[in-house]
Amino acid sequence: MTSNSSLEVKGLAYAYPDGNQALFGVNLNIERGERVALLGPNGAGKTTLVMHLNGILKAGLGSVAVGGLEVNTESKETLQEIRQRVGIVFQDPDDQLFMPTVREDIAFGPINMGITGSDLEDRVMEALVLVGMADFADRPPHHLSFGQRRRVAVATVLAMKPEILVLDEPSSNLDPASRRELADILRSLDVTLLMVTHDLPYALELCPRSVILSQGTIVADGNTFDILCNAALMAENRLELPVGFEPRK
Amino acid sequence: MIIDSQRITLDTKSEHVHGHGVGDHLYVHKHSIVHDLPAQVKVVAAIGFIFIVVLTPVHAVWAFALYLSMMFMVVGLAKLHFPLVLRRMLIEIPFVIFAVLMPFFGSAPRIEVLGISLSEAGLWAAFGILAKGTIGVITSVTLAATTRARDLLQGLEAIRVPAVLIQIATFMLRYSAVVTNDLVRMKVARESRGFSATGIKHWKVLAHSAGALFIRSYERGERVHLAMLARGYNGTIIDLYKPTVVRRDWLIALILPVLAITIMMIAWVTL
Repeated sequence: MTSNSSLEVKGLAYAYPDGNQALFGVNLNIERGERVALLGPNGAGKTTLVMHLNGILKAGLGSVAVGGLEVNTESKETLQEIRQRVGIVFQDPDDQLFMPTVREDIAFGPINMGITGSDLEDRVMEALVLVGMADFADRPPHHLSFGQRRRVAVATVLAMKPEILVLDEPSSNLDPASRRELADILRSLDVTLLMVTHDLPYALELCPRSVILSQGTIVADGNTFDILCNAALMAENRLELPVGFEPRK
Repeated sequence: MIIDSQRITLDTKSEHVHGHGVGDHLYVHKHSIVHDLPAQVKVVAAIGFIFIVVLTPVHAVWAFALYLSMMFMVVGLAKLHFPLVLRRMLIEIPFVIFAVLMPFFGSAPRIEVLGISLSEAGLWAAFGILAKGTIGVITSVTLAATTRARDLLQGLEAIRVPAVLIQIATFMLRYSAVVTNDLVRMKVARESRGFSATGIKHWKVLAHSAGALFIRSYERGERVHLAMLARGYNGTIIDLYKPTVVRRDWLIALILPVLAITIMMIAWVTL
């Protein structure tokens, strides 16, 4: 494998315990520092793929490697290391935020990595500054606005200094201003990024490269602009641009 | 740009899943005379039967043997597998432990059993708990295995259980899956940040999760209530599909409590 790969997925296939197969051999290679959008219709297997990246689900066949380290769900040490390297921001921030204050919630991941004392304090503040939420450190998460909670959720993962940041529908339910602010934050981060989204203009804005996952395999991989302009490919995979949106403009 | 990837198909054993609703994991789908009875009839028969069993004097051992064999017959009529029923009856174990302790702490007179001094009254009390408990549990297990959860609720409504209680139980049934999903997603999110609960030192984290889940569920409850008000909810939910009960249903279902009441009377008279 290339030494510069952040993420390398090879021949990944997975079936749920009820026999329903979701992934049929996914191949995906993401270089360090890339920003990639993962597109695809509902039920394509996007979430299932994401759950493999940090070993929540165990591959039926094939492999996933993060920064050269292969995900091995049997080894606790490997799994711990993988979960530090892969930072997943889930779609619903309420799934992620559960501690009494923002500060404690951000500290939760680093503490699990064994970080303590002033290092911990530094990490927490650094992450909060990155998402522009430093003033809210001592607030309870459930008193924040939705957009603020999404940013805090991003910070909880940034505090773990991940190799790759995985975002599940980062722009969903955000007002246009929060959506733009989050885009500015994501663009400013020096990290590999994989973004699962239905928001195609957002993908175009943030990710030079896109891949389409459809019926459990990658069916297209290339320049986001080219993909969005390929009407036949888009229609075939149930992808639609918002009315009036023209990528060429 | 377009990739024609090879599709890898996994060998999977697909399970036969019957179309159950939420909260129906106790229900065993069969076609039997017990399954076909309307829920309220079964509820009345089961509760009546259990009350009669409880009111039977413990010294009438033969009566309990008859009750138990009657329930075995019902289980047979319902075409339920005995191993399944026995497995579900394990829920009784805490009470069994309690019953086993009683002979050791009961009052005099005491008798010697295998060299151990036991209280006679305690032994009878233990037998009473065990016999009445077991018959009660097998009755409930049979009722739950032959009646869909929502039919059970309709049945309770038909026998005039307060509407508020029915609505609470209905919502519990409806939202238990939603809350369970919340719980699972929170667990996945925790694990993704490197957490695994291994011991007492992690209880604080689990407690915070439980608190967060409570707030979420509470807020969801408020939203659901508002959404109901927005559609004109005024405290009552009219059920569109009322099960019809014919006299024959009652006659069949009441065989069980009527037989039991006869046995109980004989037990009291002959004591």
